[in-house]
Amino acid sequence: MSLQQMFFMYFAIAMTGLSLLIVTRKNPVHSVLMMLLLFVHIAGLYLFLNAEFMAAIQIIVYAGAIMVLFLFVIMLLNLRSEETVAKYQKQWPVSVGIGVVLAASLVIILSKITVIPQLGEYSIEAIQAEGSLMTVGKVLYTQYLLPFEIASIILLVAIIGAVVLAKKRIQ
Amino acid sequence: MVPLNWYIMLSAVMFSIGVFGFLARRNLIVMFISLELMLNSVNISLIAFSHYLQSMNGQILVFFVIVVAAAEAAIGLAILIAYYKNNPTIKVDEINLLKG
Repeated sequence: MSLQQMFFMYFAIAMTGLSLLIVTRKNPVHSVLMMLLLFVHIAGLYLFLNAEFMAAIQIIVYAGAIMVLFLFVIMLLNLRSEETVAKYQKQWPVSVGIGVVLAASLVIILSKITVIPQLGEYSIEAIQAEGSLMTVGKVLYTQYLLPFEIASIILLVAIIGAVVLAKKRIQ
Repeated sequence: MVPLNWYIMLSAVMFSIGVFGFLARRNLIVMFISLELMLNSVNISLIAFSHYLQSMNGQILVFFVIVVAAAEAAIGLAILIAYYKNNPTIKVDEINLLKG
């Protein structure tokens, strides 16, 4: 097993364990803090895969914005009373079955496939010559310009929707 | 060199854990977190494919997934707060009224 594979095995085991901790903690604050740790691991995996810009976005947007939003909401809602009740629904054994069957079937199928790549033009050398951010930006602002503009409209709708939904009603 | 299959299998396992969390938990916030977990596992597989196929499309798709995840989290949590003002519970099996 090479050094790279050993690093990957550490990340795989840590991320699987953290995911299990996230869905089994009783206190949602603990879940969110585990999720933050998981995001750092995911960003490390992105660095392995030569996607520096995505690693930075993962930390800034997910860990910095979305998880802080979750923390704010958990602390805004006073949830002390919720911690004493059962944390799983009545049908949780069925959920365990679905999860195990899904994971087993996916892993068995995916261990059998071989990808015969039709390699594109963005090799590691090509990205390193231009820089990760430059490469992503060039593709984003030429080939994917319309989806990029639509993404800005989605964010605008989210801002307006959040303000309208969460504000106090004016009598 | 790490094989591509390993990344995809890791992503599949994380996705399954997210599915379990979404189906089994009663706490609506933890269900949202499970949803984010599923989105992130898909992102890992997209970035892995993007690297191994030497294409930029996977990374661009991850960018849009993150945008939609941010919008979804903001709207979902706003709906949650609006509901909590009327009925102070976030247990999904007790949420059965749209207007109360």
